[in-house]
Amino acid sequence: MSSVKNPRISIEDLSGNFQEVYQGLTKQEANEESNRCLYCYDAPCITACPTSIDIPTFIKKIASGNLRGSAKTIMTANPIGASCARVCPTEELCEGACVLNHPTKPIMIGNLQRYATDWAIQNEQILFHPGKKNGKTVAIIGGGPAGLAAARELGLLGYDVTIFEANEKAGGLNTYGIVSFRLPKEISYWEVKQVESLQVSIRTNTRVGKDISVEEILENYDIVILAIGMSSVPNLGISGEELAGVYDAIEFVKETKTKPISNQFLKKRVVVIGAGNTAIDGATCSVRLGAENVKILYRRTIEEMTAYEFEYEFAKQDGVEFRWLTAPKRIIGDEQGHVKAIECIKMGLGEPGEDGRRRPVPIKGSEFTLEVDAVIKAIGQSRYIDLIEEFAVAHNDGVVQIDPHTFQTSNEKVFACGDVIFGKGQGEAMVVSAAQQGKETAHAIHKLLFNPVSETA
Amino acid sequence: MADLRINFAGIESPNPFWLASAPPTNSGYQVQRAFEAGWGGAVWKTLGDPILNVTSRFAAVSFNGQKVAGFNNIELITDRPLEVNLKEIYETKKLFPNHAIIASLMVAPSQEKWHEIVKRVEDAGVDGLELNFGCPHGMAERGMGSASGQVPELVEKQTYWAKEAAKTPVIVKLTPNITDITVTAEAAVNGGADAISMINTINSLAGVDIDSWNTIPHVGGKGAHGGYCGPAVKPIALHMVGECARNPLIPIPISGIGGISNWQNAVEFLLMGATGVQVCTAAMHHGFRIVEDMIEGLDHYLDDKGIASVMDLVGKSVVKYSDWGNLDLNYKIVAKINADVCINCNKCHIACEDTSHQCIDMLKDLAGNSQLKVREEDCVGCNLCSIVCPVDGAIDMIEIPSGLPPMTWNERQAALGVASCDSEK
Repeated sequence: MSSVKNPRISIEDLSGNFQEVYQGLTKQEANEESNRCLYCYDAPCITACPTSIDIPTFIKKIASGNLRGSAKTIMTANPIGASCARVCPTEELCEGACVLNHPTKPIMIGNLQRYATDWAIQNEQILFHPGKKNGKTVAIIGGGPAGLAAARELGLLGYDVTIFEANEKAGGLNTYGIVSFRLPKEISYWEVKQVESLQVSIRTNTRVGKDISVEEILENYDIVILAIGMSSVPNLGISGEELAGVYDAIEFVKETKTKPISNQFLKKRVVVIGAGNTAIDGATCSVRLGAENVKILYRRTIEEMTAYEFEYEFAKQDGVEFRWLTAPKRIIGDEQGHVKAIECIKMGLGEPGEDGRRRPVPIKGSEFTLEVDAVIKAIGQSRYIDLIEEFAVAHNDGVVQIDPHTFQTSNEKVFACGDVIFGKGQGEAMVVSAAQQGKETAHAIHKLLFNPVSETA
Repeated sequence: MADLRINFAGIESPNPFWLASAPPTNSGYQVQRAFEAGWGGAVWKTLGDPILNVTSRFAAVSFNGQKVAGFNNIELITDRPLEVNLKEIYETKKLFPNHAIIASLMVAPSQEKWHEIVKRVEDAGVDGLELNFGCPHGMAERGMGSASGQVPELVEKQTYWAKEAAKTPVIVKLTPNITDITVTAEAAVNGGADAISMINTINSLAGVDIDSWNTIPHVGGKGAHGGYCGPAVKPIALHMVGECARNPLIPIPISGIGGISNWQNAVEFLLMGATGVQVCTAAMHHGFRIVEDMIEGLDHYLDDKGIASVMDLVGKSVVKYSDWGNLDLNYKIVAKINADVCINCNKCHIACEDTSHQCIDMLKDLAGNSQLKVREEDCVGCNLCSIVCPVDGAIDMIEIPSGLPPMTWNERQAALGVASCDSEK
């Protein structure tokens, strides 16, 4: 299969494979593209953006050479606008709404957004200044997209904000969970720095419930925001999961962003279980680590796949194979306790389940075995149920229940936003949605505490 | 295949596209390349007294990423010796006997100087002469170019002197840096000119560098005004051509110059009374090869219209060009937005709402889709919405019969005058 692999991928220089794939627009490309924007009034791209970035305005500013102003327009609406420029499914959001879709082709909004924010990053711009202190304190548990966005807004409004972050660096999914060839961690670091410039204190390496107690936080802060996201990939519930060579996709991606690139996957055969965006990340990372063959096994079909279309295309370009209607049955190890094969079973689609998707049903006698060296699990994420219960807020299987207008939980001083509220028909899984929820949570808190006549953002 | 030949005040040319007197016609090499590319004629870069030039000569105005929306120069007339130019004119005419070569001339305002230069260039075999009374920079400071072109008496006198010696047709090139160009055009007629050409460049400063604070262009940190041309000046040129074409005191042919970049622009000038056109900036932007499309496009246009000769276009729109006082006050048009073509960019709405007459509403249809609608009763028919609309066919300006007979301002004032006279009886 190596012959159909993306020619950009080298088996000699594995680290090079993790350099950002797209180089971004050149100055001339940005000038031409920004001048092509019609500068619509009440533009549909703004409506389609979950954070309502004033897109025509930031594009106009690129055209006029006001890049600092352009970056500020973007980052004002979206505190993680540099990351979103790279990871947003733009064809489903802003670019999908562009009025030029019909007469010609849509403006490359994501690439222009990246151009402006890249300029700000390269020129080490600090775009915001803290608001006048209002005497209130807020603890934010989790420094991912939702937590950072909430902190940024609260910092502008003069709150004394502390983020508790379990990892060594803030940024959450943007720092650790999105592959570096799509989102280098330096981009996320810059966004964290923008938040820190508002005198927000970020206590990293601090796991709430372990390094600091929940009681202490609830006692010492006027308001608490739970932005803890989701946890590790759950077990498949089959035998062999304990074998060496079985990976959690999230941890697997995190390693590629935090440790030197190793050659342990060189010429290996890998299967990834699941077909969401994280599964794609696991698969494309494997290819870039030099794997000889990478298959995605999914128990449903391409129709039910949750990965974005562009992610799917990207994986195919990398030579990733897709095996639809295929479920793992057991993982087989060798004498050393290392993965050597995976037994699978073919599935058929039965009646629709609760979520409306047709349920996969095993086809008796269709078992077959694939010889593999590694299995990467990417079947979703489990919840930090223990921590949620320590905060004693109402939840539904780990999905924290909130008032959809105020993001307030069952505890009136505890708010929640981001992936921790996603699921069971509530919320959105996109990074950009988490950012918007963080903003809205901050505004709801401000309204609750100060009931300002007009909102500031 | 339509007949593209023109006869301009007795000068014959295989097509109406001439290169204007400017850098593209500086040498025999260039003019020969131009004729090979298809240009019908060339007005040789102005011959005159020995000249020095400066470096850093041109500048242009970009607009929203489009290069050369307007063009500015501070280059003077030819800085090559007269003998060299005359020799090359002679050689070029020999090689291209059917193409028109016009010599542009500029000398100090004396009868003797004009007689001398006219005789010398005619001996080289030119088909006509163009008196440069328009160049606005450098030469004007020495009493030539637009300095003489702005004084009707000097235009008339110098035209007369040139005509005294000339055997070939004399074209007077006029400056637009004057309040009413018909005054100098009439002066040229009175001096015996066979034709006029317009416009020369407009006084301009292309820009200021906001980092160095130097002018654009600058010569070692110092700038001076130049002459402006290119697409941005076309409406100004077209107006001046039209004013001369409809003036009965200016009954001589006009060579149209100013921002002509393609065959459509040329057709506009012809319709507004020009018998041929001269091009410079477009050639400087893209090279001589642009003439191929100009010729072909004009030919196809004439064929599509069933017009046999390009000469049949000349002046056809002049009767439609008049004074404001002759416009029908009872003619009414309104904007109509075609929902099936509209892409809902809302540019028409915000333009109308902020800067015109607040008559385009942003509505939702029954399905919840955005829809723009004109309140016709409030629309003044200004055209702004259709101008800012980025999509062809999304906004039409349609005529609404007013039910009233045509009534111009002049007719209205005349009627009021009659009424008041009547009432005084």
